[in-house]
Amino acid sequence: MRVRCIVAALALALAAASAGAAIDVYEFESAEEQRQFKRLVEELRCPKCLNTNLAGSDAPIAADLRRQVYRMVREGRTDAEIRRYLRERYGDFILYEPRLTPATTLLWFGPLVLLAIGAGVIVAILRRRRRAEGETAPLSADEQARIAAALAAAERDGEPDAGADRDGRAS
Amino acid sequence: MRRAWLFVPLAVFVALAALLLRGFYLDDPHDLPSALIGEPLPRFELPRLHAPETRVTTADLEGRVALLNVWATWCPTCRAEHDALARITEATGIPIYGINYKDDPAEARRWLERYGDPYAFSIVDRDGSLGIDLGVYGAPETFLLDAAGVIRYKRVGDVNARIWRDELKPALEAVLGRRIEAAPFPGVEGRS
Repeated sequence: MRVRCIVAALALALAAASAGAAIDVYEFESAEEQRQFKRLVEELRCPKCLNTNLAGSDAPIAADLRRQVYRMVREGRTDAEIRRYLRERYGDFILYEPRLTPATTLLWFGPLVLLAIGAGVIVAILRRRRRAEGETAPLSADEQARIAAALAAAERDGEPDAGADRDGRAS
Repeated sequence: MRRAWLFVPLAVFVALAALLLRGFYLDDPHDLPSALIGEPLPRFELPRLHAPETRVTTADLEGRVALLNVWATWCPTCRAEHDALARITEATGIPIYGINYKDDPAEARRWLERYGDPYAFSIVDRDGSLGIDLGVYGAPETFLLDAAGVIRYKRVGDVNARIWRDELKPALEAVLGRRIEAAPFPGVEGRS
C-alpha cells in the first residue's frame, strides 16, 4: 500500500511539472493548431527570463508574446513565419537554436570538432602502443628453439658468454 | 621534444577556461542586443496620452534626431530615470517622445503632472503591441532615432549620468555628426 501511494505521488508530481507555469486559456479550432501553439510556445525563449521558455514564464512580456503567437497560429501562419516575426523583433536570442551564420559556426561545430580531435588523439595513442607491443611480442616456435639450444650449449660448456664457443662462433 | 606534446591538452584546457571565464564578465545577460538597430521605426497608429482623440503615427516621430522612451507608472526605475531624461532634453534640446507602455492613461497623466513631463508628447500603447514591434520586453527602455526615423541605438534599463557619458552621448554625437557641448550632468562629464 505504501509503495502504491509513493508511486501515485510521484506520478502526480511529474504530471504537474510538465504543465506550464502560466495559466492562460486559449481555444483552438483544431488539434493541429493546438499542437502548433504548444510546440512554438515551448521552443521560444522568454526575452526577460533568460532560461525559461514562453510556456513556462510568468513574465508579462511572455504572456504578451504567447497571445501574439496564438493570434498568428489562428491566422494560419507557419512555424517559420512566426519564428521569423519574433526573431525580427527580439533577435536570435528568442530562438533556443541560434541560426547557422558565419558567426555561429564555431558554436555549432566546435564541440564536434573537439570530439573528433579527441578521438584522433586516442587512436594515435592506441596505435603507438600497439606498435610498441609488437616489439615485445611473444617469440615464435623457431625463435624459442634457437634460444633453448643456445642456453643448453652454454650450460654444457660452462662458459660465461653463452651462445658462442671458444672461437666466438655461435653454436 | 616529444614531451612538449603532453602539454597540449593542458594548453587547450587553459585556453578554453580563459574564454569561458571571460564570458562571466561580458554584458549583463538581461541586456539583449536589439534586433532593430539600423531598422526603421515600425508602422503604428496610437492615441496621444494628453489628447486621446488624436492619433500619433510613425511620421510624427520622424524628421529630427530624437529619443524614444518606454515608460510606465508601474515601473519604479522609470521614476528613478525621470530626472535624468528631463536634464538631457533641457540641456541638449533633443526631443524625447514617450511610449506609455501597458499602463492606465489616467494614472499616467496624473504621474506626469506630479513629477513633471519631459516628453514632447507620449503615446498610449495600452496592450503593448507597439512594444512588441520594437522588441521591448520591459521598462524603461530608450531608443535613439535619427532624422529618417531609423533606430540607431537602444538602451535596456534606465538612462543615467554614467549611461549618458559612456553610451548615449557618443551615440548621439555619431548620429548628429557633431560634438554635444551641453552638459546635462555637471560634474560627471569627461571622456572615459
